[in-house]
Amino acid sequence: MVTRRQAVGAHYGLKDWLVQRLTAVVMALYTLLLLAVALWNGGFDHALWKALFGSGAFRLASFLFMVALLYHAWIGVRDIYMDYVKPAGLRLALQAATVALLVAYLGWTIQLLWGVKA
Amino acid sequence: MSAIERPVVKPRPVYLNLPKIRLPLPGIVSILHRVSGAVLFLFAIPVLLAAVGASLASADSFAALKSLFAHPLAKLVLLGFAWAYLHHFCAGIRYLLLDLHRGIELEPARRSSVIVLVVSIALTLIVGVRLW
Repeated sequence: MVTRRQAVGAHYGLKDWLVQRLTAVVMALYTLLLLAVALWNGGFDHALWKALFGSGAFRLASFLFMVALLYHAWIGVRDIYMDYVKPAGLRLALQAATVALLVAYLGWTIQLLWGVKA
Repeated sequence: MSAIERPVVKPRPVYLNLPKIRLPLPGIVSILHRVSGAVLFLFAIPVLLAAVGASLASADSFAALKSLFAHPLAKLVLLGFAWAYLHHFCAGIRYLLLDLHRGIELEPARRSSVIVLVVSIALTLIVGVRLW
Protein backbone atom coordinates (compact mmCIF):
# COMPACT_ATOMS: atom_id res chain seq x y z
CA MET A 1 0.00 0.00 0.00
CA VAL A 2 1.27 3.43 -0.88
CA THR A 3 1.34 5.47 2.29
CA ARG A 4 3.27 8.51 1.06
CA ARG A 5 3.18 9.91 -2.43
CA GLN A 6 5.54 12.45 -3.91
CA ALA A 7 3.47 15.48 -4.83
CA VAL A 8 5.70 16.48 -7.73
CA GLY A 9 8.23 14.83 -9.99
CA ALA A 10 9.53 11.32 -10.42
CA HIS A 11 13.07 12.41 -9.50
CA TYR A 12 14.57 11.13 -12.74
CA GLY A 13 16.58 14.32 -12.85
CA LEU A 14 18.12 13.89 -9.41
CA LYS A 15 18.89 10.20 -10.03
CA ASP A 16 20.57 10.92 -13.38
CA TRP A 17 22.51 13.82 -11.91
CA LEU A 18 23.80 11.54 -9.16
CA VAL A 19 24.55 8.62 -11.53
CA GLN A 20 26.48 10.97 -13.84
CA ARG A 21 28.76 11.88 -10.94
CA LEU A 22 29.17 8.36 -9.53
CA THR A 23 30.03 6.95 -12.96
CA ALA A 24 32.54 9.78 -13.41
CA VAL A 25 34.31 8.75 -10.20
CA VAL A 26 34.39 5.09 -11.34
CA MET A 27 35.95 6.11 -14.68
CA ALA A 28 38.48 8.41 -13.02
CA LEU A 29 39.63 5.61 -10.69
CA TYR A 30 39.95 3.14 -13.59
CA THR A 31 41.90 5.72 -15.61
CA LEU A 32 44.36 6.20 -12.76
CA LEU A 33 44.67 2.41 -12.31
CA LEU A 34 45.48 1.88 -15.99
CA LEU A 35 47.91 4.80 -15.97
CA ALA A 36 49.65 3.37 -12.89
CA VAL A 37 50.00 -0.05 -14.55
CA ALA A 38 51.37 1.59 -17.72
CA LEU A 39 53.89 3.74 -15.84
CA TRP A 40 54.93 0.83 -13.59
CA ASN A 41 55.72 -1.37 -16.60
CA GLY A 42 56.99 1.41 -18.86
CA GLY A 43 54.26 0.86 -21.46
CA PHE A 44 52.64 -2.26 -22.85
CA ASP A 45 53.83 -4.94 -25.23
CA HIS A 46 51.43 -7.56 -26.56
CA ALA A 47 52.33 -10.21 -23.96
CA LEU A 48 51.82 -7.88 -21.00
CA TRP A 49 48.63 -6.45 -22.52
CA LYS A 50 47.25 -9.96 -23.03
CA ALA A 51 48.27 -11.00 -19.50
CA LEU A 52 46.54 -7.92 -18.09
CA PHE A 53 43.27 -8.82 -19.84
CA GLY A 54 43.79 -12.44 -18.77
CA SER A 55 43.19 -11.36 -15.19
CA GLY A 56 39.56 -11.81 -14.15
CA ALA A 57 39.76 -8.85 -11.77
CA PHE A 58 41.02 -6.54 -14.52
CA ARG A 59 38.32 -7.76 -16.92
CA LEU A 60 35.69 -7.03 -14.30
CA ALA A 61 37.17 -3.57 -13.62
CA SER A 62 37.19 -2.89 -17.38
CA PHE A 63 33.58 -4.01 -17.65
CA LEU A 64 32.63 -1.71 -14.77
CA PHE A 65 34.45 1.15 -16.53
CA MET A 66 32.57 0.53 -19.79
CA VAL A 67 29.17 0.31 -18.07
CA ALA A 68 29.97 3.58 -16.26
CA LEU A 69 31.14 5.17 -19.54
CA LEU A 70 28.06 4.14 -21.52
CA TYR A 71 25.60 5.18 -18.79
CA HIS A 72 27.51 8.49 -18.36
CA ALA A 73 27.44 9.05 -22.12
CA TRP A 74 23.69 8.39 -22.23
CA ILE A 75 22.97 11.09 -19.62
CA GLY A 76 25.27 13.60 -21.32
CA VAL A 77 23.97 12.98 -24.83
CA ARG A 78 20.37 13.07 -23.62
CA ASP A 79 21.09 16.46 -22.02
CA ILE A 80 22.46 17.71 -25.36
CA TYR A 81 19.32 16.52 -27.19
CA MET A 82 17.08 18.17 -24.59
CA ASP A 83 18.93 21.47 -25.02
CA TYR A 84 19.18 21.64 -28.81
CA VAL A 85 16.64 19.28 -30.41
CA LYS A 86 13.17 20.70 -29.89
CA PRO A 87 10.92 18.65 -32.26
CA ALA A 88 9.67 15.77 -30.11
CA GLY A 89 9.70 13.17 -32.90
CA LEU A 90 13.27 13.90 -33.95
CA ARG A 91 14.43 13.96 -30.33
CA LEU A 92 12.76 10.61 -29.64
CA ALA A 93 14.33 9.09 -32.76
CA LEU A 94 17.79 10.34 -31.76
CA GLN A 95 17.35 9.08 -28.21
CA ALA A 96 16.23 5.65 -29.41
CA ALA A 97 19.15 5.42 -31.85
CA THR A 98 21.56 6.46 -29.09
CA VAL A 99 20.24 3.85 -26.66
CA ALA A 100 20.52 1.17 -29.36
CA LEU A 101 24.09 2.24 -30.13
CA LEU A 102 25.13 2.27 -26.47
CA VAL A 103 23.60 -1.16 -25.83
CA ALA A 104 25.39 -2.46 -28.94
CA TYR A 105 28.65 -1.04 -27.57
CA LEU A 106 27.98 -2.91 -24.32
CA GLY A 107 27.53 -6.15 -26.27
CA TRP A 108 30.77 -5.45 -28.14
CA THR A 109 32.51 -4.85 -24.80
CA ILE A 110 31.33 -8.19 -23.40
CA GLN A 111 32.50 -9.96 -26.57
CA LEU A 112 35.92 -8.32 -26.29
CA LEU A 113 36.38 -9.06 -22.60
CA TRP A 114 35.10 -12.61 -22.39
CA GLY A 115 35.42 -13.78 -25.99
CA VAL A 116 39.21 -13.68 -25.95
CA LYS A 117 40.92 -17.01 -26.54
CA ALA A 118 43.69 -17.57 -24.04
CA MET B 1 16.19 63.66 -27.38
CA SER B 2 13.50 64.57 -24.92
CA ALA B 3 12.91 62.59 -21.78
CA ILE B 4 9.72 61.13 -23.14
CA GLU B 5 11.27 59.77 -26.35
CA ARG B 6 14.24 58.22 -24.58
CA PRO B 7 13.87 54.45 -24.19
CA VAL B 8 13.45 53.34 -20.60
CA VAL B 9 15.63 50.26 -21.00
CA LYS B 10 18.93 50.05 -22.86
CA PRO B 11 18.66 48.35 -26.24
CA ARG B 12 19.60 44.72 -25.77
CA PRO B 13 20.05 41.94 -28.32
CA VAL B 14 16.73 40.24 -28.91
CA TYR B 15 18.26 37.13 -30.46
CA LEU B 16 21.29 35.04 -29.59
CA ASN B 17 24.05 35.81 -32.06
CA LEU B 18 26.48 32.96 -31.49
CA PRO B 19 29.65 34.61 -32.92
CA LYS B 20 28.96 37.77 -30.87
CA ILE B 21 28.53 36.06 -27.51
CA ARG B 22 31.66 36.47 -25.39
CA LEU B 23 31.64 33.73 -22.79
CA PRO B 24 33.40 34.19 -19.45
CA LEU B 25 36.17 31.64 -18.75
CA PRO B 26 33.95 29.26 -16.75
CA GLY B 27 31.54 29.39 -19.70
CA ILE B 28 34.32 28.43 -22.12
CA VAL B 29 35.26 25.49 -19.87
CA SER B 30 31.58 24.52 -19.78
CA ILE B 31 30.96 24.51 -23.54
CA LEU B 32 34.27 22.71 -24.14
CA HIS B 33 33.18 20.12 -21.58
CA ARG B 34 30.08 19.53 -23.69
CA VAL B 35 31.96 19.54 -27.01
CA SER B 36 34.64 17.15 -25.71
CA GLY B 37 31.96 14.85 -24.32
CA ALA B 38 30.19 14.76 -27.69
CA VAL B 39 33.47 14.01 -29.49
CA LEU B 40 34.25 11.19 -27.07
CA PHE B 41 30.77 9.69 -27.52
CA LEU B 42 30.67 10.00 -31.32
CA PHE B 43 34.22 8.99 -32.23
CA ALA B 44 36.37 7.88 -29.29
CA ILE B 45 34.17 5.05 -27.98
CA PRO B 46 34.02 3.07 -31.27
CA VAL B 47 37.74 3.68 -31.90
CA LEU B 48 38.55 2.54 -28.36
CA LEU B 49 36.55 -0.69 -28.73
CA ALA B 50 37.98 -1.45 -32.18
CA ALA B 51 41.52 -0.75 -30.96
CA VAL B 52 41.17 -2.93 -27.85
CA GLY B 53 39.74 -5.69 -30.04
CA ALA B 54 42.66 -5.53 -32.49
CA SER B 55 45.21 -5.28 -29.67
CA LEU B 56 43.92 -8.47 -28.03
CA ALA B 57 43.21 -10.57 -31.15
CA SER B 58 46.80 -11.61 -31.91
CA ALA B 59 50.41 -10.46 -31.77
CA ASP B 60 50.18 -9.62 -35.50
CA SER B 61 47.09 -7.45 -35.14
CA PHE B 62 48.72 -5.79 -32.10
CA ALA B 63 51.72 -4.89 -34.27
CA ALA B 64 49.45 -3.76 -37.14
CA LEU B 65 47.56 -1.48 -34.77
CA LYS B 66 50.85 -0.07 -33.51
CA SER B 67 52.01 0.79 -37.02
CA LEU B 68 48.59 2.27 -37.85
CA PHE B 69 48.84 4.55 -34.80
CA ALA B 70 52.37 5.51 -35.91
CA HIS B 71 50.91 7.36 -38.92
CA PRO B 72 51.05 11.16 -38.39
CA LEU B 73 47.33 11.59 -39.17
CA ALA B 74 46.40 8.84 -36.70
CA LYS B 75 48.62 10.51 -34.11
CA LEU B 76 46.76 13.78 -34.69
CA VAL B 77 43.42 12.04 -34.14
CA LEU B 78 44.75 10.36 -30.98
CA LEU B 79 46.02 13.72 -29.75
CA GLY B 80 42.55 15.17 -30.32
CA PHE B 81 41.00 12.32 -28.33
CA ALA B 82 43.61 12.81 -25.61
CA TRP B 83 42.71 16.49 -25.29
CA ALA B 84 38.97 15.70 -25.26
CA TYR B 85 39.45 13.08 -22.54
CA LEU B 86 41.78 15.23 -20.46
CA HIS B 87 39.64 18.36 -20.72
CA HIS B 88 36.51 16.38 -19.88
CA PHE B 89 38.39 14.74 -16.97
CA CYS B 90 39.77 18.00 -15.49
CA ALA B 91 36.56 19.98 -16.00
CA GLY B 92 34.61 17.06 -14.52
CA ILE B 93 36.73 17.13 -11.35
CA ARG B 94 36.09 20.88 -11.13
CA TYR B 95 32.32 20.24 -11.35
CA LEU B 96 32.52 17.57 -8.65
CA LEU B 97 34.28 20.08 -6.38
CA LEU B 98 31.71 22.78 -7.22
CA ASP B 99 28.96 20.27 -6.34
CA LEU B 100 30.69 19.86 -2.97
CA HIS B 101 30.55 23.69 -2.65
CA ARG B 102 34.30 24.03 -3.06
CA GLY B 103 35.33 27.22 -4.82
CA ILE B 104 31.87 28.47 -5.78
CA GLU B 105 32.70 32.16 -5.23
CA LEU B 106 33.33 34.16 -8.42
CA GLU B 107 37.11 34.55 -8.08
CA PRO B 108 37.96 30.93 -7.14
CA ALA B 109 35.57 29.69 -9.84
CA ARG B 110 37.36 31.82 -12.46
CA ARG B 111 40.74 30.68 -11.21
CA SER B 112 39.78 26.99 -11.27
CA SER B 113 38.46 27.34 -14.83
CA VAL B 114 41.86 28.72 -15.90
CA ILE B 115 43.54 25.83 -14.08
CA VAL B 116 41.33 23.33 -15.97
CA LEU B 117 42.21 24.88 -19.36
CA VAL B 118 45.95 25.08 -18.60
CA VAL B 119 46.33 21.65 -16.96
CA SER B 120 44.39 19.81 -19.66
CA ILE B 121 46.42 21.46 -22.44
CA ALA B 122 49.69 20.79 -20.56
CA LEU B 123 48.79 17.11 -20.10
CA THR B 124 47.80 16.92 -23.79
CA LEU B 125 51.23 18.30 -24.70
CA ILE B 126 52.86 15.58 -22.58
CA VAL B 127 50.80 12.98 -24.47
CA GLY B 128 51.88 14.63 -27.72
CA VAL B 129 55.55 14.42 -26.75
CA ARG B 130 55.05 10.72 -25.90
CA LEU B 131 53.35 10.16 -29.27
CA TRP B 132 56.08 11.81 -31.36
